[in-house]
Amino acid sequence: MADGGIGSATKRREDVRFLTGRGKYADDFIPQNTSYAAFARSQVANGTINSVDTSAAKAMPGVLAVFTGEDFAEVGGNPAGWLINNRDGTPMKEPKRPVLAHGKVRHVGDAYAAVVAETLEQAMDAAEAIEADIDEHDAVINMKAAVANSETRVHDELTDNLCFDWGWIEDNRDTTDAAIKAAPHVTTLELVNNRLVPNALEPRCSIGEYDPGTGDYRLTTTSQNPHLTRLLISAFVLGIPENKLTVHAPDMGGGFGSKIYHYGEEALVLSAARSLGRPVKWTASRSESFLTDAHGRDHVTKIELATETDGTFIAFRTETYANVGAYLSNFSTVTPTFLHGTLMAGNYTVPNVYVNVKAVFTNTAPVDAYRGAGRPEASFSLERVIDKCARELDIDPIAIRRKNFVKPDQYPFASAAGLEYDSGNYDALMDGLEGLADLAGFEARRAESAERGMLRGLGINSYIEACGIAPSNLVGVLGSRVGLYDAATVRVNATGNIAVMVGAHSHGQGHETAFPQVVADMLGIDPASVEIVHGDTSKIPFGMGTYGSRSLAVCGSAVYRATEKIIKKATLIAAHMMESDADKVAFNDGVFTVEGTNKSVGFGDVALKAYIPHDYPIEDIEPGLEETAFYDPANFTYPSGAYACEVEVDPETGKVTICSMVAMDDFGTVVNPMIVSGQVQGGLAQGIGQALLENAVYDENGQLLSGSLMDYAMPRADDLPNLVVDHSNATRCTHNPLGVKGCGEAGAIGSPPTVVNAVIDALNRAGLDVAHIDMPMSPARVWAAMNK
Amino acid sequence: MPNVTMTINGREMSANVENRTLLSSALRETLNLTGTHVGCDTSQCGACVVHVNGRPVKACTMFAVEAEGAAIDTIEGQANADGTLNALQQAFQDHHGLQCGFCTPGMIMSASALLKENPTPSESEVRDYLEGNICRCTGYQGIVNAIMAASGQDVPVAAE
Repeated sequence: MADGGIGSATKRREDVRFLTGRGKYADDFIPQNTSYAAFARSQVANGTINSVDTSAAKAMPGVLAVFTGEDFAEVGGNPAGWLINNRDGTPMKEPKRPVLAHGKVRHVGDAYAAVVAETLEQAMDAAEAIEADIDEHDAVINMKAAVANSETRVHDELTDNLCFDWGWIEDNRDTTDAAIKAAPHVTTLELVNNRLVPNALEPRCSIGEYDPGTGDYRLTTTSQNPHLTRLLISAFVLGIPENKLTVHAPDMGGGFGSKIYHYGEEALVLSAARSLGRPVKWTASRSESFLTDAHGRDHVTKIELATETDGTFIAFRTETYANVGAYLSNFSTVTPTFLHGTLMAGNYTVPNVYVNVKAVFTNTAPVDAYRGAGRPEASFSLERVIDKCARELDIDPIAIRRKNFVKPDQYPFASAAGLEYDSGNYDALMDGLEGLADLAGFEARRAESAERGMLRGLGINSYIEACGIAPSNLVGVLGSRVGLYDAATVRVNATGNIAVMVGAHSHGQGHETAFPQVVADMLGIDPASVEIVHGDTSKIPFGMGTYGSRSLAVCGSAVYRATEKIIKKATLIAAHMMESDADKVAFNDGVFTVEGTNKSVGFGDVALKAYIPHDYPIEDIEPGLEETAFYDPANFTYPSGAYACEVEVDPETGKVTICSMVAMDDFGTVVNPMIVSGQVQGGLAQGIGQALLENAVYDENGQLLSGSLMDYAMPRADDLPNLVVDHSNATRCTHNPLGVKGCGEAGAIGSPPTVVNAVIDALNRAGLDVAHIDMPMSPARVWAAMNK
Repeated sequence: MPNVTMTINGREMSANVENRTLLSSALRETLNLTGTHVGCDTSQCGACVVHVNGRPVKACTMFAVEAEGAAIDTIEGQANADGTLNALQQAFQDHHGLQCGFCTPGMIMSASALLKENPTPSESEVRDYLEGNICRCTGYQGIVNAIMAASGQDVPVAAE
């Protein structure tokens, strides 16, 4: 291995610019002659727009143009990326999502007009001067009420508020029902997976530019996947040909899912830039982020677990109401279905699984994939009901999990929820966890807590997730409207340095450091000579972006394949240079040699020869040394883990303090263990935030009560314990060249049930009969549960 | 428009600003010092922390005109004179104290103020002091580790 290759905890090169204030985020760009956009947004959740009077706004100082929904009535809608079918085979309801609301406003914050002015302040002042006559209707907020009552609708043109009623696997419904009916023990739990606001620290920002000389458009925007944004704008919304539109996603202050999607503001600034002939810039305020970024989670679930009396699992059955908000965001339909239902067998050999998901339109912001995206919801339901079952049957929570684990000799394992797990070792993870978290010492720690009057509890969890989304042929059958490969070009320049153009976007994941580790390792060269290019559709072949912990598993595999092609071509050139047959040439540590001779030539010399092809077999080998690979995965990857959390509950106040959080994960091959640890720790913080602090709350009128960082409790440094992570207990992924699985979401998936299990354990050990507390487990909720 | 003159990172700079222009906007948009970030509109996130006359201030809570004559230190002025990372910045890189980098300028400015007040803070003092700085990426582990290391102390959880 080259120094700093695969497995090295290399310090991140991108850190230097971020630590010195030299990062370039979207809002840091101010093109010459920039004008500024501000939006008029609905203050009611559900309303009919009678008229929008823009005359006063147009007369305000500095105003260049005012746009309303009428101006975009003929423009295409922003589509859902997946078509989901109902249980009866009919397709889901798919209302148009316009650039600007037209006819109706459907959630607080829904933009119905936009002003462009010389300055931001002028645009904001003028946006406030727009007079909209809007008839307010009752808001559709509660999901079950929304389904029961089709008189009050989010979309008047639809018959009701049910987007789809999905069954997985529908053919298994009857056998699952029968298995549960015949089972000796059934544990039932109703739970809420609380609605979250992603709150990437950098608000969304979009800058549209248009060059009237060439007809070229440029969109600088906060996007986790600039090519998908370009595709949606080109093919569905504005019809700008892809070769006339560059989407540039520069440094980005986090995404967590909320910046996967195309938003109307992006189309607005592009359209306005064309009509004004000037750059148009919009940056969200944090208030706009709360109101309009796609939210996460928001499931209401009833889960049943049928078991033998010895704890052997017989069946899981769920009924879930999943909020999709007012419009279908791009991944909103796949998140509660194929990213959720397919994981409902967990790490277990359970033979029967049936999942029913009813997706519901409400007068709230769109809900879409947020860190984990469906898998946290699956894991939460499973691991909570398993814990409840263990308590009912008086079985140790670790023992009941081990009893039902898929065993190492069972791979590939066909789960009852329709996936084929390729590798894993859940018992080994649990063994590791028991040591790392010192579970043997828990009783002593509990006694010590009790001396201080505190109730200590231990929560355990196992999770599996599906990453590296996904085989295009498979997802096509399941309703995806895009392929889910990724692409990379490896360009070896004449003097031997390398640029790698990748479809994945880095916004905290450290691709600029980790991807060069892979290339350098394969070529036996210094990683410092490899540079990553990302986030610009004009420079990169194609890409499906960063989400679903897919960057290394899918794009990294494309990098690997492209580098293999480089080695293959370089070997031919080296063979010519050494007057040998190519099959006698070996390549190690950056040097080509001919077997049985002392001939050798360095990689850099081969690169130079490729670009200065004198004495070169030009009939057989093209000059240049640049290769592209598109990699389409053969399967999902399946990271898994075992987590432990210890909490103290204050019996006087109900306040929960996390004493320890330990994560033992299997991510397959680890390229940069420092980066992987950071990814897990960040995920743990978001999961702990969900469990204890975060909650997006709408009142019955559809007003977002937790609409600022004053009201929405983000985890702060003093809310969190030290986060202990370990990923040394790995099994390789069997179907991608690096053996990697993906680590970006694990912490956010595994931690919420672990924390809740710990709190419930603390209360039950104290003799309190509390079966469940919904997240976030605020002091008020915990105290109420203790004093019911 | 009023003119405001400040000494920023040791250099006198002036700008014409509106009365309502925030210090954060003046730094970013008028003076092109975009290292100071704005992540919220309620003074909660801390991405915009700078030092005003040596004290940490959220630059979004202060009008630019209020900074007339003040000495302002921003992230752009933190590196060593030769351009290399200072000890605190280096500790952030060594201990993976940043991911997306957006909160990082505010974190560095808050952390440097902490270490000036309290050269060897305990872990809980570090966590308390950072209460006004939100990081959505790291879970704060790398940040806490970096600050402990920069103050010459053991890190709570060893980095990989």
